[in-house]
Order: sequence, then C-alpha cells, then structure tokens
Amino acid sequence: MLRDGIAVFSRGITKVFGLGEAQVHALRGIDLEIHLGELTMLVGPSGSGKTTLLSVITGLLNATSGELVVLGERPAALSQEELILFRRKNLGFVFQEYNLIPALTASENVAVPLLAGGAKRQQAVARGKELLATLGMAHRARALPSELSGGERQRVALARALIHEPKLIVCDEPTSALDGRTGHAVMELLSATAVRSDRAVLTVTHDARIFDFADRIAHMDDGRIVTLEDRKNGTPENHLMTASRTLPAQPWSYPTTGELGS
Amino acid sequence: MNFVALKMLVADRAKYFGLIFAIAFASFLLANQIGIFIGIMSRPASQIRDVVDADIWVMDSQTLYNAEVYALRDADLYRVRSVPGVEWAVPLYMGTGRAKAPDGKFRTVILLGADDATLVGAPRKMLVGSIYDLRQPDAAIIDNAGYRYFFPGEPLQAGKTLQMNERRVLIVGISDASAPFQSLPVLHTRYSQALGFVGRERNLMSFVLAKPVAGVSTEDVCHRIEMVTGLRARTSKEFSWDAFLFYLRNTGIPVNFGITVMVALIVGTVVAGQTFYIFTIENLKQFGALKAIGVTNRRIIGMILLQAMVVGGTGYAFGMGMAATFFSSFLNYGPTRGIILPWQVMAGIAAVVLFVVGLASLMSIRRVLVLETAVVFRS
Repeated sequence: MLRDGIAVFSRGITKVFGLGEAQVHALRGIDLEIHLGELTMLVGPSGSGKTTLLSVITGLLNATSGELVVLGERPAALSQEELILFRRKNLGFVFQEYNLIPALTASENVAVPLLAGGAKRQQAVARGKELLATLGMAHRARALPSELSGGERQRVALARALIHEPKLIVCDEPTSALDGRTGHAVMELLSATAVRSDRAVLTVTHDARIFDFADRIAHMDDGRIVTLEDRKNGTPENHLMTASRTLPAQPWSYPTTGELGS
Repeated sequence: MNFVALKMLVADRAKYFGLIFAIAFASFLLANQIGIFIGIMSRPASQIRDVVDADIWVMDSQTLYNAEVYALRDADLYRVRSVPGVEWAVPLYMGTGRAKAPDGKFRTVILLGADDATLVGAPRKMLVGSIYDLRQPDAAIIDNAGYRYFFPGEPLQAGKTLQMNERRVLIVGISDASAPFQSLPVLHTRYSQALGFVGRERNLMSFVLAKPVAGVSTEDVCHRIEMVTGLRARTSKEFSWDAFLFYLRNTGIPVNFGITVMVALIVGTVVAGQTFYIFTIENLKQFGALKAIGVTNRRIIGMILLQAMVVGGTGYAFGMGMAATFFSSFLNYGPTRGIILPWQVMAGIAAVVLFVVGLASLMSIRRVLVLETAVVFRS
C-alpha cells in the first residue's frame, strides 16, 4: 500500500559492517522519502554511503536498524525468496557497468526480467525488441553487448530496467562510464521514459552534469543525508544541522553537458 | 532461463571446448584403459569359458588356475564319475606344445585335448569345418588367429598341416576360439591324440570335466567331489574367477592400468572442475545481476547444473565415441581381438563424469549462493 505517493520511506536507517573495532558505520540514520513521479538523486563523495543506501533500499543488503518501507512493503519482514520476487516484480536496475550478459543479444538482455518471471522466450524477446525500438535501438536489437557503444549499452540496460513495468527504478552511476554528451542523452531518455506518475526513479551519481534532471537531490556525507534539495520548489533543506563537512555551495551549478560540449 | 545458461556457456568458446575436451579425454582414457584391462584380465579364462558343455572343473588339489596344471591320474576320472550327483565326467588335456609350419615357422601353442567319445571340450564356434572332423587321424582344429599366424594371407580352409613333436597335425577346421592371455594359437584335438602331439608324459589328464545331474546344484556336486576324491572341484564361473584373480594378484597389470586410470580421473576432475569453477567465477557479476533482477537461487542453481550437464554429457559422448572407434578398430586385430568396451564400463564412466561435473557444480553453486548481491553496485 503506497502512502501519499511515497515510494520509499525511511526513518533512522543505519548500516554497520564488521564487528568490534573493525566496525564501519556506512549509514548513520537515514531519513528519506522518495516520491512517485519523481527522479531522486543520491549524491556525495565516495564512501558517503550512497551505494549502501541503494543496496538497502533494494533489499540487497539488510539495514542494521531503522524503519524502511519500499512500495508498501518492509523488506526486513520478507523472506529471502519473497524479497527476490518483490525485486523481480517491482524494481528495475540500471548498473554503472551495465551488467549486460555478454552472450546475449541486446533484445535478449532486455528480456531477462521477463524470462526470470517465467515468460516464454519468444514473447519476451519480441517485447524486448519493441522496447528497444521505442528507445531508438531497433537496429541494434541483434547486436551483442561487445558490439555496442557505451551509450547504446546503457540504453539496453535502461530498456531492461523498464520492460517489466517496475514501480521503482534504481540507477547506480548510470552516466559515469559515458562521455558528457552520451550521458546527457541517456539521462534525457531516462527522464522521458522512466519517470511516470506511478513510478519513482532513484539514481546514485557523482556526475554533477546530470543534476539538472533531478526533482530532488539528497546530498550524502559520512553515512548521513546532509541536505535534501527539492528542485521542483527550489528549497534546499538542511537535513543535518550538525554536518561536519562543508558541501559545495551550489552543486547544481556545475557545467551542464551542453556547456561542456560547446 | 535455460537458453540464457546455455548461451553463457557456449559464448566462452575457449573454456567451453576446454571443458568438453577435458571430460572427453578423461572419459576416453578411462574407457580405453578399463576396457583393455578387463579384456586382458578375462583372457586367462578364455579356454574355461569356451567349454560350454561342462559345468564342473576337477583338478589336482594344488592347482590354482588353468595355466599351471599338475596332471591327474586316470583313476581320478573314475573316482569323479562315482560321486553321487555327477551325471557324467570326461577327461580334458590342457597344456602347451610347439607347432611348426611347413615353412619352418614355429610357435608355442595352447593344446586342448577333448574327450574322444563325446568331444566335450571341443570348440563350439567354428568358422571352417566341424568338431566331428576331429575324429580323423592326426586331426586338429586351429583358431582363426593361429591360422593367420601360420598361414598369413591364405584363405581359411581345412587341409593344411603343421608338425608337433615330429608328428603331422592335420588342420581339419578353424575355430573362433577366444583369445588366450598371451595371444598364442589355440589347437583343439582329441584327448588321445594330444598325447602324441605333446610327447610322452606319465599322466596326461589336466582336468576332469563333469556335469551335475539335473536338479542338483553345481556347487553341491563340487563340494561332494572334493569330499569324496580329495581333488579340487570348481564351477566354470569360479574357475574363471580363479584365473582372473591369479593374474590380478600375481602380475603388475592392475597396478599399471590402475595408475593410468587414476591419472585420467584426477587430471579430468581437476581440469574440468577448475575450468568450470573459473567459468562461474568469471560470470559471477552476471549471476549477481541476475539475482538482483529477481532470478531465484533455485533458478540459478538450475542454470549452473544445466551448464554442467551439457558439458558433462557432450564430453562424455565425445569420449565414448572415441572409445567406440578405438575398440571397433582393434576388435579384429590379432593381438587385441575380443577386447571390447562393456556397457558396464560405459555406465560406470557416466557415473564418474556425473560425479566430476557434480563436484564442479557444487563448488560453483556454493560460490554463487554466498555471493553478496550488492556486488553488482561495485565498479
């Protein structure tokens, strides 16, 4: 059951790795709401906890403590099998390194989530081709990942994330392996195809050039969200008044792809 | 997801063919060595198995196997006949002699003297002539391989002569006798004739062949013969095993073949297992992505097992194909004739291959199952 258009609701999420003196506090009390119909970005320096938070939200890692509700379900209350089925049905993934299966063609890669759900191969691959066509990749449907450019691979990965109509799409550094122009094009495609009123998109990124595509930006540092920026309403909100580090004054003012290109 | 598993498998051609080659080579080597081993080790009992009329072999109490025999006295034949439960008993000579061809070529031969009256002990598989031709003077039946040795390139026909102990041996027939251990020619003649071919010995009777009366077990009759006569009595099957076990225990053959089999097994297991494991490790991130996307552990286990079964099955099929080609090529070649690939060996090797790929799969499956799925978010 989704509450007030909120796809992800978290309060006081912590994640601790290791024991004793070797303990690492990757997340130190995350309060975050991710809204349907919006593209939310998690940004911050390396080691700030972005990827750990993404893993916790997607159920790939368990939180150490705190309350987490994802699309009306509490991942902590689900069995491993239920969690896998939940991910299969509700989540779409776009990975930094695409993680396409090298042996499969583009359309077969796109079809994998449907195949995982038990769809017949021919139907799934046909659907994959259709989706690739809507992303301008019809002519590359039979190409292997090794025959595709970085941008094309990420478009295939995007199609794979969309094919089963998930409610939440999570993207891990979707543009970090791409040049500025290609990254911008991929984000345009992501905004155009993935963001819908009944779906939320959560993107982890370092890439300041794509901040313009975000509806909200959560700035993370040292396992905390230090600033939550609502770009729709233009109201940065200091989430952690005692933040020890100084964030860039205006991270969204980094040069855009267009500026870089010119 | 099966086609995904198969495409992942065949995409890495080097590893795919490496796996198949390792399993095929190990299967071939196992089949080859075990088949030859069984073939060779069953040869000492060839002349026992070829005697199909009698079920009981009676011999001196100290005779261990058929190639080294201490002859019995003629009276022993009557003593055996007197044992209750014995339907009939006949003498058999089994020994060696030297035969010489007209061109001077000579060779040691295995000579069997079958009972004059009944011809029990004479060969049953004849290529030329009949066992009843043995009733002619100086008659003998030679086996196919022996004929080809003494008369190479000549058509199979009766009428040729050899010489043994300065006596003429008239070849009246050609048999398809089983190959003996040393691939020597096998000559069958009558018991009384054998005496002339091997020279004067006080006692000639190597064995007494006997048949139990209907309704009495062969083992029972053997036991009775031993009790009554003090001689050793064995069923045909037991005596064949005696010969097999004698060579097993007293020659280096099993050690030699055993080492080769172990090497094939270890190398096959290690190479196939390691290659398959590396294949899985290299695809770990793909498996991680599949798990993240929502492919269940059970489905991933199925994918890995399918991959293992395909390489195992393909490798095994190639291995057995090579083995079958080998055995069929050498089936009729003199020294290796009769050595075959028993289905039991093929079934055993299938089990071994299943074990090898199963072991490799288990290692791979374990690695995938303990994989922290969040690895997909790491660059």
